[in-house]
Amino acid sequence: MAEVTEKPAQEKKLTLKDFQSDQDVRWCPGCGDYSILAQVQRVFPEFDHKRENYVAISGIGCSSRFPYYLDVFGLHGIHGRAPAIASGVKLANPDLNVWVFTGDGDGLSIGGNHLIHMLRRNLDIKIVLFNNEIYGLTKGQYSPTSVIGQVTKSTPGGSLDYPFIPVTLALGAETTFVARTMDRDPKHLQEMIRRAEQHRGSAFLEIYQNCNVFNDGAFFQFTEKESRADNVVYLEHGKPLVFGKAKDKGIRVNGFTPEVVSIADGSHSVSDLLVHNEEDTTLAAILADMTRNPGLPRPMGVFLADKRETYDAALTRQVAKARAGAADTDLQALLDGEETWVIQ
Amino acid sequence: MEKNTKVLEEVTIRFAGDSGDGMQLTGTQFTNTTAVLGNDLSTLPDFPAEIRAPAGTTYGVSGFQIHFGSNDILTPGDSCDVLVAMNPAALVTNLSGLRGGGTIIVNTDSFSEKNLRMAGYTSNPVEDGSLAGYQVHPVQISKLTANALEDMNLSTRAIDKSKNFFALGLMYWLYNRPLDQSFKFIDDKFSKKDPQVAEANRRVLQAGYNYGETVEIFTTRFEVKPATLPPGRYRNIMGNSATVLGLVAASQKSGLNLFLGSYPITPASDILHELAALKRFGVKTFQAEDEIGAVCAAIGASYAGNLAVTTTSGPGLALKAEAINLAIMLELPLVVIDVQRGGPSTGLPTKTEQADLMQAIYGRNGESPICVLAAATPAECFKMVYEACRIAIKYMTPVICLTDGYLANGAEPWQIPNADELPEIPVSFARDPEGFQPYARDKDTLARPWAIPGTAGLEHRIGGLEKEHLTGNISYDPENHDLMVRMRADKIERIAKDVPHAEIDGPAEGELLVVGWGSTFGSIKSAVRNVRQKGKQVSQLHLRHLNPFPENLGEILYRFKNILVPEINSGQLIKLLRAKYLIPAKGFNRVRGLPLHTEELEAAIEEIIGGNNG
Repeated sequence: MAEVTEKPAQEKKLTLKDFQSDQDVRWCPGCGDYSILAQVQRVFPEFDHKRENYVAISGIGCSSRFPYYLDVFGLHGIHGRAPAIASGVKLANPDLNVWVFTGDGDGLSIGGNHLIHMLRRNLDIKIVLFNNEIYGLTKGQYSPTSVIGQVTKSTPGGSLDYPFIPVTLALGAETTFVARTMDRDPKHLQEMIRRAEQHRGSAFLEIYQNCNVFNDGAFFQFTEKESRADNVVYLEHGKPLVFGKAKDKGIRVNGFTPEVVSIADGSHSVSDLLVHNEEDTTLAAILADMTRNPGLPRPMGVFLADKRETYDAALTRQVAKARAGAADTDLQALLDGEETWVIQ
Repeated sequence: MEKNTKVLEEVTIRFAGDSGDGMQLTGTQFTNTTAVLGNDLSTLPDFPAEIRAPAGTTYGVSGFQIHFGSNDILTPGDSCDVLVAMNPAALVTNLSGLRGGGTIIVNTDSFSEKNLRMAGYTSNPVEDGSLAGYQVHPVQISKLTANALEDMNLSTRAIDKSKNFFALGLMYWLYNRPLDQSFKFIDDKFSKKDPQVAEANRRVLQAGYNYGETVEIFTTRFEVKPATLPPGRYRNIMGNSATVLGLVAASQKSGLNLFLGSYPITPASDILHELAALKRFGVKTFQAEDEIGAVCAAIGASYAGNLAVTTTSGPGLALKAEAINLAIMLELPLVVIDVQRGGPSTGLPTKTEQADLMQAIYGRNGESPICVLAAATPAECFKMVYEACRIAIKYMTPVICLTDGYLANGAEPWQIPNADELPEIPVSFARDPEGFQPYARDKDTLARPWAIPGTAGLEHRIGGLEKEHLTGNISYDPENHDLMVRMRADKIERIAKDVPHAEIDGPAEGELLVVGWGSTFGSIKSAVRNVRQKGKQVSQLHLRHLNPFPENLGEILYRFKNILVPEINSGQLIKLLRAKYLIPAKGFNRVRGLPLHTEELEAAIEEIIGGNNG
């Protein structure tokens, strides 16, 4: 069998520069994608992988240009198909560290089918979905995450399409790791990339990303410094859900319904609040569902980090078992089959 | 009583019954036994797309035809000599395929008023004299089966399910075949799972055989002597199985792990099933969420250094078109196997057709050159799939290998190749970062290097956007695009230098050359042979390489006054030949979902050559 040459252990520590390709970055000035690229290039050197074992796969769209700018093995595929291409890469060589970079159009519209099936299989692949609630590269049509009534080039009278909540979709697709972050909080974005990397299995990371040309400010209430604290609640495993500039508010569940309570006016205390548990699939669904309620702060962080055998590990195990137990791996015996006869 | 034995050179038998009657199993059993006896043979399973159509209906009839003999058997036979009809619907739908004076064996127990009515009969054809032109043998197959199982305390349903073995046993007696092969099959298949079923099937098979031996209605049994095939070791094989073996052999001989990305589709699914059971050879199979996912996963696996394959039929090939174009742009090896079926749209899923040739060669956006091959017989699927793998790897290109429903499910004896003598398939992955350029090309083949993830220092980006020559970077430069379009086309054209010359069967020049491709090989050869036996001259040429054509094809075509191109489509190869060689070729086209009829083709050939030679 052909084998990949094993390079001796990394001689020098990788740095940000090692992940910068020689290609000019061609996103619009001010695009949220720049921050995502910078954080990925900053965090990748920390991981325990050789650079040649990173593979970045993408489809079509602004986000899908990402692999060109990252100096690793990269494949810029066709619209929506990155999860399927990545599945083949990972199954062919499970030692590779495979990342998919996609957007709300590429991943949730044309590629929705591939995405949900890759997620449910739990292939050990990281999916970073840049959500800007618009089609950028085709110049401003509404996407599957655009809000009802959104006026775009293809919806002059306002969008009629009810949007997906990406994290809810991922949870519904049986994803074992689901998280959300934003382009304008570099520290949190870096942390979420680390968490995705550490997960064994499909890791789905949604990033709120500003398209300053076609949908400027879509997430500003969550991403801007002045409004963020009151509109975002950061999820931390084992900790109560507290938010607000003065850390004076929290999330309590009433039955299954989350609600905002004050922990400053004496009516409630921290012990009344919901405590996050990343391993609880029911809780993850409730937290993801907060997205649809404008009266609630938007959760950011890891919704779910569950454990399940990966598809690639299971397939490798099945193949290894078949090979170990087989007496008949002789090609001639296979060609001969069960019944042969000889003509003299 | 005294029984005579008559020696026959060849026979065609058709088993027909309800889709639940086990006719495919019966036919396959008869085929395997016949193969091991050393007869040459060709089979045609003919079944409906419905898994279990309502019993007794004409659209639920499933048939299996086998043509076997002591001479060279090329087709499953235009018409059959013997028809085994398990019910009235099977009789009414298959009678037109029985030659005049042919033999009919009917299960009279199923000729109830209801079944007759469902088949459209107003009176019982077995009794009303309407079958006077045939030799009819009415047999109470259901009752005789029940009698044989009387003391076994089986359900009516279980008894009914065994009756196909009675018909099989009777045919074994009639054509002097041993029962051992089928006994062994019953033992392997049922003994562990359900010993009672195994016992029932054994008994019924023997009862059918004994019935032939003892009753007076069959006075003559027939013998078909072994065929004089070239010396060697043989097995019986169907096209899809040969395809599977070709892929595994290419994987072993290239040293690459085999990866199949596939989505279930008739008539290609058996390739997925069989490969999924060969994990011991390091084969990875991936049943994707759809056809597009299947081909894309294969592209990913190829990128990562596997021998990557996707299998499908016409509708699936349509869905895969964009991804195949990606593979053309990425210049990665990819083998696409299209088991053609009747189209357009869902068409005739279980019937055969050759109408995907244009789709294979041209059915993608942009200038999209691709190598296209086609197998001529079921066993030849092995060779052509192996060839597809060789070309894909050597030229870093997708290759489409066309088979079809008839090849996929049809069977013939196969002279088993010696595994050690199969040509090696060399693979060289790029390893040296010094001066590495992803789109630098081999000067002979124009193949770019295969630089797989995991190779230190070769990190690079590829994608579907136009590539800059050598660097592979994105390029919108007009001259570069023109260069790359030509480069990709030239690469495929160069394959012509690396494939065998087209060979003529018959005179090297003359009045008529019959040019075919794919599964029509047997029908054409058989028609040509028949015409020659009448003392007339006609030549045959069969194409396995459809794009590019063999280098010498044009020169051959110009030597003949007439070119006839028989195809199971409305004329696709003929358009390619006319366009490339500017010749006034004539077509012979039948699109019935069935192999071409030898006799019809014979007439078309004679019409062209007329009294002009011989």
